[in-house]
Amino acid sequence: MSGAFTPVMTGSADPAAPRPVTPKAVPYRNGAVSPSAAALRAQFGDAIRRVAVVWGETTVVVEPGREGEIVRWLHDDPSQRYDYLSDVTAVEFRDVEAPIEVVWHLRSLPFRRFLRLKVELAKGGPLEVDSVWPVYKSADWLERECYDMFGIRFRGHPDLRRILMWEQYREGHPLRKDFPLRGRFSRSEQLRQALMANPEARYSMEELSIADAFDDLPEEIRHRLATGERTGE
Amino acid sequence: MGTTNKRTVEMALGTPGVDAQGRPIRTPVTVTEEGTLAQLQTGSPVTFETVQLAEPDLAGEHMLINIGPQHPATHGVLRLVLELDGETVVRCIPHVGYLHCGFEKIGEYRQYNQIIPWTDREDYLNSMGNNVAFALGAERLFGVEITPRCTVLRVIASELSRIISHLVWLGTTCIDIGAFTPFLWAFDERENVYRLFDAWVGARLTTSATRVGGMAADIPDGWMDGLRAFLSTFPRTIDEIDRMLTTNAIWVGRTVGLGAMSPDEATNYGLSGPLLRASGVAYDVRKDFPYLEYETYEFDVPVGTHGDVYDRYLVRMEELRQSVRILQQAADRLPDGPVNCSDHRVILPPKSDAMSDMESMIHHFKQVMEGPRPPIGECYVAVESPKGEKGYYFVSDGTAKPVRWRIRPPSFVNLSAIPKMVEGTLLSDVIAINASIDIVMGEIDR
Amino acid sequence: MGLTAPPRAGEQIATYDPASQESWVATRLDLLVNWGRANSLWPMPFGTACCAIEFMATAASRFDLARFGMERMSFSPRQADVLICAGRVPFKLAPVLRRIWQQMPQPKWCISMGACASSGGMFDNYAVVQGIDTIIPVDVYVPGCPPRPEGLLYGIMMLQEKVKRERMSDTTLRREMEPDPTSGLYIPAEAIDELSEPFGNSVQQTRSVL
Repeated sequence: MSGAFTPVMTGSADPAAPRPVTPKAVPYRNGAVSPSAAALRAQFGDAIRRVAVVWGETTVVVEPGREGEIVRWLHDDPSQRYDYLSDVTAVEFRDVEAPIEVVWHLRSLPFRRFLRLKVELAKGGPLEVDSVWPVYKSADWLERECYDMFGIRFRGHPDLRRILMWEQYREGHPLRKDFPLRGRFSRSEQLRQALMANPEARYSMEELSIADAFDDLPEEIRHRLATGERTGE
Repeated sequence: MGTTNKRTVEMALGTPGVDAQGRPIRTPVTVTEEGTLAQLQTGSPVTFETVQLAEPDLAGEHMLINIGPQHPATHGVLRLVLELDGETVVRCIPHVGYLHCGFEKIGEYRQYNQIIPWTDREDYLNSMGNNVAFALGAERLFGVEITPRCTVLRVIASELSRIISHLVWLGTTCIDIGAFTPFLWAFDERENVYRLFDAWVGARLTTSATRVGGMAADIPDGWMDGLRAFLSTFPRTIDEIDRMLTTNAIWVGRTVGLGAMSPDEATNYGLSGPLLRASGVAYDVRKDFPYLEYETYEFDVPVGTHGDVYDRYLVRMEELRQSVRILQQAADRLPDGPVNCSDHRVILPPKSDAMSDMESMIHHFKQVMEGPRPPIGECYVAVESPKGEKGYYFVSDGTAKPVRWRIRPPSFVNLSAIPKMVEGTLLSDVIAINASIDIVMGEIDR
Repeated sequence: MGLTAPPRAGEQIATYDPASQESWVATRLDLLVNWGRANSLWPMPFGTACCAIEFMATAASRFDLARFGMERMSFSPRQADVLICAGRVPFKLAPVLRRIWQQMPQPKWCISMGACASSGGMFDNYAVVQGIDTIIPVDVYVPGCPPRPEGLLYGIMMLQEKVKRERMSDTTLRREMEPDPTSGLYIPAEAIDELSEPFGNSVQQTRSVL
């Protein structure tokens, strides 16, 4: 590679900002609100349910269904430039009536900002939110894990399947509060199901659809694969 | 084409197909006069006497190869399913979860100080670093400030952890690429650090060194001399490994140009740590969202140019040197004073006080039986672990056990980019790229 | 083998018996074979988590497994003698461990290294196998979290003693334990459930609130 190399520096959007320092004596509530909160209110108005600042971090709670466009705007808008998705996760509270919150942690490297976005999903209804994978590729596995652990579906995710537990896992979604710590089934039953599952003895349809391999297989074997028969040892 | 002079007739697996009994159909292949292996495209068995030669269509078939989950070079229990066109990888599908042990679920059933041993086991190469990260997050959630001595001790703990983590990475990557000796050198240096950890907290690897509001123990007498002795001999080992690898034609040939990610891609894929910095993005949590007064230390953050495996190696080697630099500054500035904060609603009072003073005894009792309780709220604190941006997200409802304890795993997000990195590389390069990501499955699967 | 298959009808487990008919040749042969096996156990490191790092430290130059004849780590189970399960085994990994064990040819032994492999360790939850002896037969359990290299070496030496005490006349030793065909379990389900129940202080640790 010829020519001078310039690394992509953080904080480039605001060179006059003071150098970051370790936060001291962070107030519990009523700390400084991130400028992005006001910008979001100005842009989306009614979609912003509330803004809270706890321990110096700004949390913006938005209407379910609007999170996709809000995240897209936060990524694209030149005054926000949240180019880094740190995390996608969910929180279920111990209170039975409290909604499940889906949480996004966004960072703006040019502005050195951190923002938490939340959506509240009532437990009785479908647990579905928009996927932010079209905006951030890092959401791929993070959303799969959220689905695996909570059962939240992400609309628009290319490949939403379990990632940490095996795909035929029947006990449920482990991080839900109604899922007991030691699981629903007895230990011997868990072991029995785990030994039967044998995930690496199977190749998924996606893997077997590679190139011409699937089409070359005779009809009968394709049918056998489709019914879940184990192949390939 | 008619009959040809056959040299030999070999039986081999033809196009993937199975007969009515589920057995693979075997199709004979021949060696022609020119010595090329021609493959028959017919589906039905042929006799040995005459064969019809067709144009070999070896380019059409792709192979499906499974690496793992038990494999020496996957750095843990990782399963990679590769689609290969000859030796070139066309697609890679990783499967994780083989080490999923329910950390986040258990965190909801433990008091904050009881969770600290779990933070050791999650990224087990960076135990003290994880302990520090957790304690910082919990202290933010509780709203307590730590003492100056504790701050510097935690910097020492984090940087020593960074050193041992990078040494494991170095040793295992060298083995994967074929160099065995740096593994032994690296692990011998790690034993020196393990001796320091052992003297400080009593454990080599799973240290549980911090508590909310302070540390489990102050450093013993003579520990700083041990640290200084390590810092005086360690740079020689880095130089030795550097001399062996950095301009080594085999090493350079195996690592240059592989798995490169552009800065925009790397940011969008959520990469962090040496992976992101090797791609040219200068994001280091210690500089950009500082903690433990890292802004007062003089150190540089190495940034790579191409983002390939070689750059990641260079970045990590330089980080080893910078960690030594930080440690020397920390060792010089360690102030005296208490190592635990004085808020005994959060941290245990000294045993002598607990035995003599009523209020201290009550604090002790409540903390042991019930555990310290933070106010209702949430917080996310990220540190720069050797793997990348390591964050702990706590949600508290006012009770002694968190409602939600989320670990933001850098290796998990870094590994999700591996399908992008290995496209078009050779099979042995997959191992090198996987090694360069520096994954630790305990953190990925939690 | 730890949990050996029960002896069949008419079979005897070899014990020390001065009046036994075992010949001098057989005992000498036993000595030779066991000496050879014990001093060249090729480990198959089934390393998953932190114990694997301590295993690597044991194999490295400071503690050195080579002096036990074990420096040749066989990552292919087909060429290994002893499976060292170092680290926690979640349920998703259980069939993998079972298959690796079944791929190992006799004579084979198993060392369960660490608390998590021996009993599930600190992970008494939905995801972790509560002791690999519910899946495969274990010969030596090495406690620790993680065990120090000295501890692992002690466990290896215990295994060597165990190997040296084997007798060719004991035909139960090298028999492969077959799992129950319907459930896939080696030991009865009730035994697994009973062994996996929390006891002592850990009964308090499945409560989420105070």
